[in-house]
Amino acid sequence: MQTGSFSNSKPGLSGFELAAYAAGALVLLFVAAPLCSLALRTSLPSLFETARDAQVLKSIRLSLLTSLAASLLFSIPAIPFAWLLARRHFFLKGLMLALIDLPVVVPHSTAGIALLSVLGGRSCLGGFIKRFGLSVIDHPAGIALAMAFVSLPFLVNSAREGFAAVPERLEKAALNLGASQVRVFFTVSVPLAARAILTGLVMMFARGLSEFGAVLIVAYHPMTAPVLIYDRLSTYGLRHAGSAALLFLAVSLAVFVVLRTIAGGRRHARS
Amino acid sequence: MLEVENISCALDNFTLAGITFAVRDGDYFVMLGRSGAGKTVLLELLCGFIRPSAGRIRMDGNDITFEPPGRRLMAIVYQDKALFPHMTVRENIAYALPRNLRPLADRLASDVGAAHLLDRYPGTLSQGESQRVALARALARRPRILLLDEPTASLDTPARSSIRSLLRKINSAGQTIIHVTHDYEEALALATRVAVLEEGRIVQAGTPDEVFHRPKSEFVANFTGIPNFFRGIVRCGEDGCLFETAGVAFRVADDAPPGSACAVFPSDCVTLSLCRPEGSARNVFQALVMETEQARHGIDAVLDIGIRIHALVTRSAARELDISAGRRVWAAFKASSVRVIPAEG
Repeated sequence: MQTGSFSNSKPGLSGFELAAYAAGALVLLFVAAPLCSLALRTSLPSLFETARDAQVLKSIRLSLLTSLAASLLFSIPAIPFAWLLARRHFFLKGLMLALIDLPVVVPHSTAGIALLSVLGGRSCLGGFIKRFGLSVIDHPAGIALAMAFVSLPFLVNSAREGFAAVPERLEKAALNLGASQVRVFFTVSVPLAARAILTGLVMMFARGLSEFGAVLIVAYHPMTAPVLIYDRLSTYGLRHAGSAALLFLAVSLAVFVVLRTIAGGRRHARS
Repeated sequence: MLEVENISCALDNFTLAGITFAVRDGDYFVMLGRSGAGKTVLLELLCGFIRPSAGRIRMDGNDITFEPPGRRLMAIVYQDKALFPHMTVRENIAYALPRNLRPLADRLASDVGAAHLLDRYPGTLSQGESQRVALARALARRPRILLLDEPTASLDTPARSSIRSLLRKINSAGQTIIHVTHDYEEALALATRVAVLEEGRIVQAGTPDEVFHRPKSEFVANFTGIPNFFRGIVRCGEDGCLFETAGVAFRVADDAPPGSACAVFPSDCVTLSLCRPEGSARNVFQALVMETEQARHGIDAVLDIGIRIHALVTRSAARELDISAGRRVWAAFKASSVRVIPAEG
C-alpha cells in the first residue's frame, strides 16, 4: 500500500495503520465468528433433513415472495417520489426526509404495533377491509406491508441519491427536445439512476427478507423464515433452530449475491 | 421573428433587467457578454426553463412567455452539450424525432459530419465531435431558433474553425441562430447581428460593423477592445501575406489563411510619429487626424489612412506630437499585432 506521494518505494506500515488493521480484523471477526460458529455447529445430516422439511421450505419461500412483492409494489410510488425529493424544493421537504428515515430508528416491535393499530380489525382501515371479509393480519399481505414499512427507506434514499447524481441539464435537454416529463423520466432519469435504484431495491428486498419484529406482530402465521426460526428456538431449542437458521442464511446470501451482481453489472460509458 | 420585450428576471445572484431585442428569421444573432453577465439565463428564459418576472416573449406575434419548454421549438445546445451518456450517438440524434422518422438521424449526422460516430457513446467523443452530435440532435427538432451557449469555448483552434464553418453552413441554409459568447471573435466570424450584454442589460445592439466601429459606451469599447476591425481579403504571395480592404493593403502574419477574413488590431498597437519610422516589419502610413477623444487610458485619435483607424496614445505623447484634428502624422503598426479571423471556410 502506497502512503506517500513523493516516492514509489513502499514504506513500512506505521503504528497507526497496524492498529487500524488490527481493529478491522476484530470487527470482521465479530461479524464472521457467530456465523461461522453457526455453520460449524450444524451437522450436515441435520441440514439435509431441514432442507427436506416442507414447513421450513414453505417459510423460506414465503419470505422471499413477500419481500419481493413488497419491494416491487412499493417501488412504483417510491421511485417517482425519490425523483421529486432529489429535484424539487417544496414545503416541509425536510420533515418528509426525516419521516422517510423514521422506520430505521423506530424499534421494530413498535413498528409492528403501530401497523397493527392501523390495519387491525378494530381500526378504521382494518374495519373497512374486514367488511369485504378480508384481513391483512395473519396474511401474506400484512407480512409484505410490515416488511415494506421497515425497508422502504433503503429504496427511497438510494434512488434519491441516484437521481440527484443525474445532471439536471440532461433532463432539461430532453424536455427542450420536445419530450414529455414522463418520457424524460423513463428515458433519461431512470436509466441514468438505474444502478442506484437497483441497489436500493436489493437493499430493500434484503432488509424485508430479514425482518422479524414487525412481521411477528402483524402475522405470526403464516410463518416467514425468521419467525419460524424463532418458533423452533422457543419450542425445540438451539439445535433444531440452528439448521433452519443456517439454511435461511445460505439462501438469503445466495439471493443477495446474485442480485448485487445484477445491480452492479450495469455500467455506462459516461461523458 | 422573435421579439423579446422588456424581460426582467431576478435570480439568486444576479438580475436581468429590461432586456429587449428582436431576432429576424435567418439572422445569426450573437449575444456578447462577459462570463456571469446572464447569457445562459437568457437562453433558459427563451427555452422556458426560467420564467421572467416581467416582460413578453413573442414568436411571430404569438405570446410564448409562459409556453412550456416542449412546445417552443427553440432547441438549445448547452456549453457542456448535455448528450445522453447512456444512448449511442444515433439514439441521441433521434431523440427528438417521432418513431417513424428515426432513420433521418443518419442523414442529420452526415449533415454535421458525424456519420462515422453513429454507433459510439458520447463518453468516447472528442469535444468537437460532441459539439457536432449536439448540433445534429438539436436540429432534429426542426427548431424555429437554434440556441447556442458558447459552442466553441472548449475547442482547440482547428476544431473551433471547423465548428464555425459548420455553424455558418447551418445558418446559410436558413436556420435562425442565437449564439451567446464572451468572445468577440465569434461575433466577427459569424454574426449578422450583435448585441452586447452588460450587468443584466443590453447596452448596444446592431450589425457587427455598428457595434465594433461605433461602440456606444466605454464598456462596449473595452469589452470588444478593438475599434480597428476590417472585413477584407487576405492574399498571400512570395513575400508574405497582405490584407486588402477598401483600397488599402497592410501586412499581416505570414501564416494567415488566404481568403475572406476580418482583421483586427488593438488601437494601442498603433504608434504615431512626426518622422517616417524605420523597420520593415511594420505597416507605415501617412495619416490625417480626423478627430480626437479623451479615453480612459489616453487620447483616442481617429486617423484617415485611406480607411479610418483608431490609435490610442498617451496624453504626454499626444501633447508632444500635438495631436489634433487636421494634423498629419505617420502611423505604424506591426504585422504581428494584426489578428486575422477567417470569415469563411
